Amino acid sequence: MEIINNGVRPDHQVIFDMIEPGSRVLDLGCGTGDLLQLVAQDKNARVQGIELDEHAIYECVRKGLSVCQSDIESGLAEYPDGSFDYVILNQSLQEIRKVFFLLREALRVGNRVIVGFPNFAYINARFCLGLGGKAPMTPSLPFHWYDTPNVRFLSISDFQSFCTEKGFAVRKVCFLNGGKIITFWPNLRALGAVFLLSWKEKE
Amino acid sequence: MKAKSSETTPDGDNRSLGIVETQYYTFAEPPGIHALESGERLGPVTLAYETYGTLDPEKSNAILVLHALSGDAHAAGFHPDEEAPGWWDAMIGPGKPFDTDRYFVICSNVIGGCKGSTGPSSVNPQTGKPYGTEFPFVTIADMVHVQRHLIDFLGIDQLLCVAGGSMGGMQTLQWVASYPDRVRSAIPIATALKHSPQQIAFNEVIRQSIMADPAWLEGHYYETGQPEKGLAVARMIGHITFMSDQSMEEKFSRKLKKGHLNFNFDADFEVEGYLRYRGANFVKRFDANSYLYITKAMDYFDLSGAKLIKSKAVDTRFLVISFKSDWLYPSYQSQEIVRHLKLKHVDATYCELKSTYGHDAFLVELEGQTTLIHHFLEKTYLGQRNGNGNHQ
Repeated sequence: MEIINNGVRPDHQVIFDMIEPGSRVLDLGCGTGDLLQLVAQDKNARVQGIELDEHAIYECVRKGLSVCQSDIESGLAEYPDGSFDYVILNQSLQEIRKVFFLLREALRVGNRVIVGFPNFAYINARFCLGLGGKAPMTPSLPFHWYDTPNVRFLSISDFQSFCTEKGFAVRKVCFLNGGKIITFWPNLRALGAVFLLSWKEKE
Repeated sequence: MKAKSSETTPDGDNRSLGIVETQYYTFAEPPGIHALESGERLGPVTLAYETYGTLDPEKSNAILVLHALSGDAHAAGFHPDEEAPGWWDAMIGPGKPFDTDRYFVICSNVIGGCKGSTGPSSVNPQTGKPYGTEFPFVTIADMVHVQRHLIDFLGIDQLLCVAGGSMGGMQTLQWVASYPDRVRSAIPIATALKHSPQQIAFNEVIRQSIMADPAWLEGHYYETGQPEKGLAVARMIGHITFMSDQSMEEKFSRKLKKGHLNFNFDADFEVEGYLRYRGANFVKRFDANSYLYITKAMDYFDLSGAKLIKSKAVDTRFLVISFKSDWLYPSYQSQEIVRHLKLKHVDATYCELKSTYGHDAFLVELEGQTTLIHHFLEKTYLGQRNGNGNHQ
């Protein structure tokens, strides 16, 4: 199934569709704020970003967004419980060391967490490693072994097991290959995934 | 308001405000009297200020800019007899971040100072002589309450923005703490919720150097001349804290004034010459007692805990800025402000700007500040706010 994107990044479109109008949204690692601006304008959301890069912050301020400079792992501590309806963690989970701690924190300050990450078990990645004998490079994992910011290499299947084990309820999930939504064998065929999580007991 | 044609500017820059004029507002004239935080009373009270640009009919475009310890109301444009423009001329003027084509910018002096506002060098109406150390102690809150009288006088209900660096940042924070409904947005730069022991320690050494000068005469020196040596040393200490290790290396390194060592106690190194020059210049333009009073006010300032944001529904939008090489007001102090804002769900943006200039960066490191302040003000003015604040 093709996503109708109107120039919007497919993963942004998927995340956008998961958010209820009028929500309070925190984006961890919001970059230049494209997704937050979309959510603020078209979902009438009240948004806040956390970003480390000074020039990305300039871009956010140019868009009228509020953003606090911080790294993702220490940016959540000050927020009171339930400050947000959604906390977004898109394309940075694989760069985080304390994954469970961060997701637990995200689910403290937010009622829902939206996690987007690249799939390490994508078929081409399997060929790279299994047949080529080399560290995988794919469109969603474009780095060499020596310059990758990634410290966690996970598959969709890994993350599903992790959620079950840690007590996260998967409320929605979407598997992506570029602009296409993948339904069958996602762990083999999808370049990335977006999960909408909450605590199980909150259901 | 007083800006004349740009053709009159000394450097011919047609983007400058041109010639500007300091104005004075006096209130609490007898029998009225103004109560201070200490419980003491002061009156009459005069406040020096300048304005640039035009107040719109809705009075919705007023910005209050507040200065640092030794600053004054002359923030931008030129005074007829001076070559240098106001202290924040790079930021205030037509087409600049505080754009006077769009906004009405007010820069207010502080009480306790010596730049046209009531302070220790003013004449005490009860004795007919300068107050000296008879002047009551003033706090940052006192300075801000007096500024509120000025803003009332100008007929402005709500300021679009209050902004300032260092002690100007303290006043900015105090404005939000005291009058949150009257401040639509706030830009505290290179400042703190309270002085650390290190900052108090520097101020104490500064005060001791003034008071150790025999010419200080317990503050009653107005007929004999001010304690120039003590005040110069005080300012030299200040200048060391305003720079960074790196900016001093870049500016002076170990360069010698005469190319060789003198083997005496003259200024061998350029850095020594610079500090002596700065100290000597400062005594011509600043009153020693004002330096004592104002440093004390900064040390007393404390909006930590729940004192910055007292009520639940503060709607003020914040842009907090710090500088990486500023060791006098380190970034952790700005982050502490942001922490309180997050805790109270106040709409906040924070950025630590890369700069090697140390604390001076808020006056000279313009690129990042220009971008951030320009866009932050524009979006606030146009009412385009998306932040996760208390607003509905």
